[in-house]
Amino acid sequence: MPRDPSTLLRKFHEAKWDEQIILEMSVPGERGILVREVEPGVRKEVGTGVAAIPPGLRRKEPPKLPEINQMRVLRHFMRLSQETMGTDLTIDISQGTCTMKYSPKVQEHIAARHPGIREIHPLQPSETMQGVLEIIYKLEEFLKEISGMDKFSFQPGGGAQAAYTAGCVVRAYHASKGDKKRTETITTMFSHPCDAAGPATAGFKVVTLMPNEDGYVDLEAFKAALSERTAAIFVTNPEDTGIYNPRIDQFVKAAHEAGALCYYDQANANGMLGIARARDAGFDLCHFNLHKTFSVPHGSMGGAVGALGVARELAKFLPIPRVEYDKQGKKYYLDYDAPDSIGKVRSFMGNTQSLVKSYSWIMQHGAQGLHETAVCSVLNNQYMLKKLSEIPGVVVRYAPGRRRLEQVRYSWEKLQKDTGVGTEDVLRRMADFGLQHYWTSHHPWVVPEPFTLEPCESYSKDDIDEYVAVFRQISKEAYENPELVKNAPHNQVVHKVINPSINEPERIAVTWRQYLKKKVRQQGIIPKPTVESRR
Amino acid sequence: MNPDASQSSEISGKKKLGLIVNPVAGMGGRVGLKGTDGGDVVKEAKLLGATPEAPQRAKDALRVISRIREKIQLFTYPQEMGEEEATQCGFRPSVIGSIKSGETSSEDTRRAAAEMKNLGVDLLLFAGGDGTARDIYNAIGRDRGLTLLGIPAGVKMYSGVFALNAKSAGDAAVSFLETSTRNVVEAEIMDIDEASFRKGIVVARLYGYLRIPEGRRYMQSVKSGGIQTQKQVVQGMAADLAKNAQEDCLYIYGPGTTTRDIVAEFGLEKTLLGVDVVLGGRIIAKDVNERELTILADGKRKAKIVVTVIGQQGYIFGRGNQQVSPEIIKRVGRENIIVVASKEKLASLEGRPLLVDTGKEEVDKMLAGYVRVITGFEDYVVYKVGL
Repeated sequence: MPRDPSTLLRKFHEAKWDEQIILEMSVPGERGILVREVEPGVRKEVGTGVAAIPPGLRRKEPPKLPEINQMRVLRHFMRLSQETMGTDLTIDISQGTCTMKYSPKVQEHIAARHPGIREIHPLQPSETMQGVLEIIYKLEEFLKEISGMDKFSFQPGGGAQAAYTAGCVVRAYHASKGDKKRTETITTMFSHPCDAAGPATAGFKVVTLMPNEDGYVDLEAFKAALSERTAAIFVTNPEDTGIYNPRIDQFVKAAHEAGALCYYDQANANGMLGIARARDAGFDLCHFNLHKTFSVPHGSMGGAVGALGVARELAKFLPIPRVEYDKQGKKYYLDYDAPDSIGKVRSFMGNTQSLVKSYSWIMQHGAQGLHETAVCSVLNNQYMLKKLSEIPGVVVRYAPGRRRLEQVRYSWEKLQKDTGVGTEDVLRRMADFGLQHYWTSHHPWVVPEPFTLEPCESYSKDDIDEYVAVFRQISKEAYENPELVKNAPHNQVVHKVINPSINEPERIAVTWRQYLKKKVRQQGIIPKPTVESRR
Repeated sequence: MNPDASQSSEISGKKKLGLIVNPVAGMGGRVGLKGTDGGDVVKEAKLLGATPEAPQRAKDALRVISRIREKIQLFTYPQEMGEEEATQCGFRPSVIGSIKSGETSSEDTRRAAAEMKNLGVDLLLFAGGDGTARDIYNAIGRDRGLTLLGIPAGVKMYSGVFALNAKSAGDAAVSFLETSTRNVVEAEIMDIDEASFRKGIVVARLYGYLRIPEGRRYMQSVKSGGIQTQKQVVQGMAADLAKNAQEDCLYIYGPGTTTRDIVAEFGLEKTLLGVDVVLGGRIIAKDVNERELTILADGKRKAKIVVTVIGQQGYIFGRGNQQVSPEIIKRVGRENIIVVASKEKLASLEGRPLLVDTGKEEVDKMLAGYVRVITGFEDYVVYKVGL
C-alpha cells in the first residue's frame, strides 16, 4: 500500500464488497462433504449410531445450517478476511489499555503445531506431559521474579476473571481470620472497570473514588472511604490516564493499617517490566494480562490469561490444580491437595497455548529485554504525546506538564467545541486512512470526547509518525470541512452508521433467527403511503 | 397557519420539527444585565448597545440540520422568531402565528410553544436561555409527547435542556430525527430569580422537567457516555435503599427525577418537585412545606433524608429543596442523610465538590466533608461535599 512521502498518508480503500452472511448463501442440496453411508458390517454391529442418542435429545428435523460447497465456503471466509482491519494489517496503536503488541509468529507456530502442545490432553497422566508442565512451572517462576509475588495461578481466562478470582481469595482470607464484617472493596474511577466488577461478582459492595485535578484519587478521600468494612482495595496504576500515582505506597500503607488487602491490576504493566514490582510496593495480590503485556494476541486471536499472583500467606487459597515440581522424583506434577483453595474458576490449567507463547516471549527477551520493552514503551508514549499535543483540537486533561507512563487518555473536547466534530466522528474517519478505529474510554466518560492510545514497544518511530499524521490530517479537515469528517467513513464498505440506532434493541439482530424474525416484523408493517403513491 | 403543510408532512412520513427563536435572549449578558427577562430590561440592554445573540446561534444549528431538510417539515413563528433564520439556511418553513416584529415578548414564546404542541411536532428546538425554557415549560406543561432541545443562547443556562453549543444542538436534532426510536430522558427546567440575581443573591428554582433527546455526548448537563440506562441505575439504587430500609423510620425524599423514580420502584407515586415523606412503605405526606416537615420530623421518630444532586452546580441542599430546613437537617443528623446520584452525574461535575447552601453556616459545616453517594445496588462513590 503506497504512502505519500510528504504527508505520510496512504491511499487506502477497503475491500469494495460487503460480503453476505453465510446463511444467505445457502443453496438447498449443495454439500461441502458427502459423508459415506455406514458400511454394512458396521451397521450390523452398531446400527446407524442414532440409537445411542436418547429419543428426547434427537432432532425432529435437520438443523438449518447453510448448504454450501467447499470452494464457496473458502471464498466466503477469504473475502471476509479481506474486509478486516486487524493487527497484522495496520498500525494498531489504537487500542489503549489493551496493549496490542507484536506477537512473533514463531510463537504461534510452536503453540499451534508442536505435537507436545497440540496433541496432549489435560486428563492424560502428568508423566506423559512433562514438557508443557515444565513450561508452565518455569513461566510461573518468571512472573514471580517480575512481580515479587510468591505464587501464581494461570487459570483465570482474562483480566476480569483474575479480578474475580482475587475477590474470592480476599473473601477466603478474611473468612479464615473469622472476620465477617469486611464486605466492601474500594476502587478508583480510572482503574479498569473489572476492579469494581470482579469483586462485586465475588459478593463485595464496591466503593468508587473520583479523580482529583492530577487524575488520581486524593489520599484524604481514600482514607475517608477506608473503614473496618474494607476487605481490599483494587486499583490500577498507572490508571487509564497513563498517570502514575506517586503516593501509591501511602495508599497501600493506609489500607493495611485498616486491615485491608491490596490488589494491583497490572494490565498496564507494559511500561513497568523490570522497573517496579507490585510486591515491593506492598501489594498482596496482582495480575498480569498475558494477552497484553506478555505478547499473547488479544481477544479472539488467542485465548486470554489473567495470571493472578499472590503473596505467601494467600497462596493456599489459589485455585487448583497447581503445577509443582518434585525435587526428589525430578518430575512435574499437578497438585490437587489444597483444602483451603477457593476451587476452580476454569477447567484444568487455563489457556495452555497462551502460556507457551508468553514463556517463549520472555525467553526471547531475557531480563534485559523486558526492561528495554518498558523503556521503549514509555519513550514511544512520550514522543507520541508530544506530537499529538501539537495538533489543534487535542486536549490532555489532568496533571499538566507531567509525563505519562505507557498510555494517555486524550480528549477531542476542544475540537468538538470548535468544529462540532467529536471523538466518534474522528474514529470513523481513521478507517479511511487504513487505520483501525481507536478505543475511546471505559464508561462513563469522565474525560469528554475521549480517545486512549498506547504506542507500546512494538511500534517504530515511523509507525508513530504515520499514525500522528492521520490525526493531524483529520484535525485539519475538521476545521476546514467538518462535514467530511462527520459523514466518514468514505472508503469503507459500510458507511456511517447512525449511532443511536445501534442502541435500539428492536433493530439489533445478533443471530440469524433474530434477523429473520425482525425483518419479517418490519416488512409486516404496512408502509405509510407517500404523496406520490396517493397520486 | 398553513393547514396543508401539517397534513402533507403526515402523509409523506416527514418528521415535524418546531423552531422558536427568542430574538432577545442573551442580550443582557454582554452588557452585564445578568439576563433579559422583562420588557424594560430588553430596552435597557438595547440602549447599552446589546445585539441579538440568538438568531446567529439558531442559524449555526439550522445549518447542521439543513443536510436532512428534505426529510423534515419545519414549523416556526414569523420573522425574527424563526422564519428569517430558517429561510436563510435554505429551509422552506411552514410559518404559523403572528408577532409584532421588534417587540416580541415571553407571551409570544408561550403562544408559539402551545401552537407547536398542538401541531404534534416530534422535536421542539428553541434558541434562548433559562427564561425561554421556562416560558415553553409553562405553555406546554408536562406533555409526554413533546421533546425539547435548547440551542444555548441565553445569559443563564442552569437548565439541563441545552446542548453543548449550537452545532451540537444541530447534531443532536439530526440524530434524534433520523432515528425511529425515541430515546429520551428528562431534564431539569431551572431558573434563577433575575431581580434577586442582579442584587447579587442567587436563588435557583427547579420549575419542572421536560423530555430531551438522549444524546448524552451532545448535551451540556451530562458530558459522559453510558452503557447502563437510567432505569437500570435507578433500579439498583432502589434495591440498595430497600435492602437497608428500616421499619418505623421516616424517609424524607427530596425533589428530582432520581428520587421520584426510586420511590416509583417501591410502587409509590412521588411528587416531582415536592418533598414527600414515606413511612412503613407508604407515602404519608406529599409536597410538604417546611412547617409541615418540622412537625413530622419532630425528633421522636428516627428519620432519614434522601436527596439527589440538583442542577449543574451540584447542590444537594439549598436548591429546589429549601423545604428541608437547616433545623431539620441538624435534627436528622449527618449520618442519616442519603445522597443518590448516578456516576454520570457525579462525573459531569468534573471534580467540583457537591455543594450545600442550607442558609445556616453551622449546618453547612456539619455537612461538609466526604459523603457516601449511592450510585447503584451495593455500589457507592465517596465524594466530597464542599462549602
